[in-house]
Amino acid sequence: MIALADVGCSYAPGAAPVLDGVSFRAARGELVAVVGPNGAGKTTLARVIGGLLRPARGVVRIDGKDPAGVARRDLARTLAYLPQRYELAFPFTALEIVLFGRYAHHRGPGLEAAEDVKVALAAMARCDVEPLADRRFDTLSGGERRRILVAQALCQGAELLLLDEPTAGLDPAHAIAVMSALAGERDRGAAAVVVTHDLDLAARLADRVVVLAGGRIIADAPPAEAFAAPAVAAAFGCALHTGELPSGGRYLVAR
Amino acid sequence: MSFLAGNARLTAARLTSVLVACVVICALVAFLTPLVGVVTPGGGLELMSPAAIWGGDIDATVYWQVRLPRSLAALLCGAALAGAGCAFQAVLRNPLAEPFTLGVSSGASLFAVAAIRVGLASPLGTAGVGAAAVLGAVVAVAVVWRLARVGDALPPATLILAGVTVSMFCSAASMAIQFTSSFADVSRMLRWMMGGLEWTTYATVARAAPAVAAGALVLVWQGRALNAMAAGPEAAASVGVDPGRTQSLSFAAASLLVGASIAVAGPVGFVGLIVPHALRALVGPDHRVLLPASMLMGAALVGACDTLARMLGQWPVGIITALGGGPFFLVLLVRGKRHADLWRG
Repeated sequence: MIALADVGCSYAPGAAPVLDGVSFRAARGELVAVVGPNGAGKTTLARVIGGLLRPARGVVRIDGKDPAGVARRDLARTLAYLPQRYELAFPFTALEIVLFGRYAHHRGPGLEAAEDVKVALAAMARCDVEPLADRRFDTLSGGERRRILVAQALCQGAELLLLDEPTAGLDPAHAIAVMSALAGERDRGAAAVVVTHDLDLAARLADRVVVLAGGRIIADAPPAEAFAAPAVAAAFGCALHTGELPSGGRYLVAR
Repeated sequence: MSFLAGNARLTAARLTSVLVACVVICALVAFLTPLVGVVTPGGGLELMSPAAIWGGDIDATVYWQVRLPRSLAALLCGAALAGAGCAFQAVLRNPLAEPFTLGVSSGASLFAVAAIRVGLASPLGTAGVGAAAVLGAVVAVAVVWRLARVGDALPPATLILAGVTVSMFCSAASMAIQFTSSFADVSRMLRWMMGGLEWTTYATVARAAPAVAAGALVLVWQGRALNAMAAGPEAAASVGVDPGRTQSLSFAAASLLVGASIAVAGPVGFVGLIVPHALRALVGPDHRVLLPASMLMGAALVGACDTLARMLGQWPVGIITALGGGPFFLVLLVRGKRHADLWRG
């Protein structure tokens, strides 16, 4: 369970709060999309949940524990966090990057076990990047890199997933595939919180949508209800049209 | 050679092959380079016989009591500098990170110069100057550390800036001391700053070896954490690495290595910069193989450079490493530009 209560955060003392009174929960078996216009505080929220930023006020709990207070290794076994930015300084291969996700499962400088490699390759297959395993990460396209990083998060084997822009730069088919993989994790009992700008994907696949604007939550509801709220359209500065597809499922168009 | 190349996941077979190759090269340098310059019918190999060792043979004495300890000291320094350079580059994710750019060497030089200036060299000999140099390295590290640290984090850019600033300050202070010193003292100071191994004994090796071993152990133990740090502290933290702890331990271990090396040979430049770069292109970026391979090949490089220095008439080894290392590094840089082989900072 990911739980936040009245979280407030700012990057400098006296500066305008980036998060202001944010409260929400994501339980196991839920796929929650966090959306909002640029500068709404989405990435800050993800960093607070990931224990990388200590909030100025409020409480954050990951399975009942303060993420900024537990050992990173222990947290990584519970929560897999994919940061928005990922700049690699050395020429590792795609498989090596995915295997970083197994870090918390071993101590010391030893090599990965065959089981780790199997888990990593399975995660890569789910993100359709297995054929890229021996390619250098820095030679791949932005979308391919993003899918490799999603595979790294899946490879971590955590039951709570927190992904900041997992579908950024992905073509529609791969974006749907990645979100479907996360929905699959949800169906297996994981909790997934996805920060995204892809409102259509959020409308289609999320169980709940949390809308952030100006550091505050202005909606926390199932997609159809959240995107129908006038305050949400006002926050995005455009009309949001949702509907049902003849084949079933929802869609969202911003106009 | 392609088997050794780092374009695939590190396996036990590749790790073993690379390390065995490096150990063999290192051992050959350690035991054969002291024979260079020995003129005997057997090319020097007969000096290894027990009869020669225990029989008071003059060549055997030179080999075992003068050249071998010097060779081992060179190996220790090379291993320490290359290991430190590799660690600094890993935690700071910066190609310019090495003992010189982080102010460690300049701090050591300043304290050594000051020790010579106040006459510490006379009562305590080279060991006194060496001890002062280690103290200087520690002080410089502490100052750079304190200046660069922001909360629990150690931002690489701030650290490099703090290191370069402390380095320039120490260099200027060293020059000020030299400017106001006697000609004889200036000569001693310059000689120390050039780096050299001609007065090393087994005692020197025994003093430095535990520090080098401890530093190496800490760094190698952190191989996986250093790999994850390649994506930055936040990404490393997301997979379970404690970035602050990894940075602190690596920085402390690398400083210990540099201090040990400086105490033995004075400042020896370029090894910490070029060896990890060259090895990264050969064996790949995985620190579980890169760190030990860098240390072993750094050892071999300084061992070979010191032999050349000895052959040229007891030149300071620091001159050889910089004169040879500079062009070598430029070749790597030009090749890297063409093939995009070198990692980007």
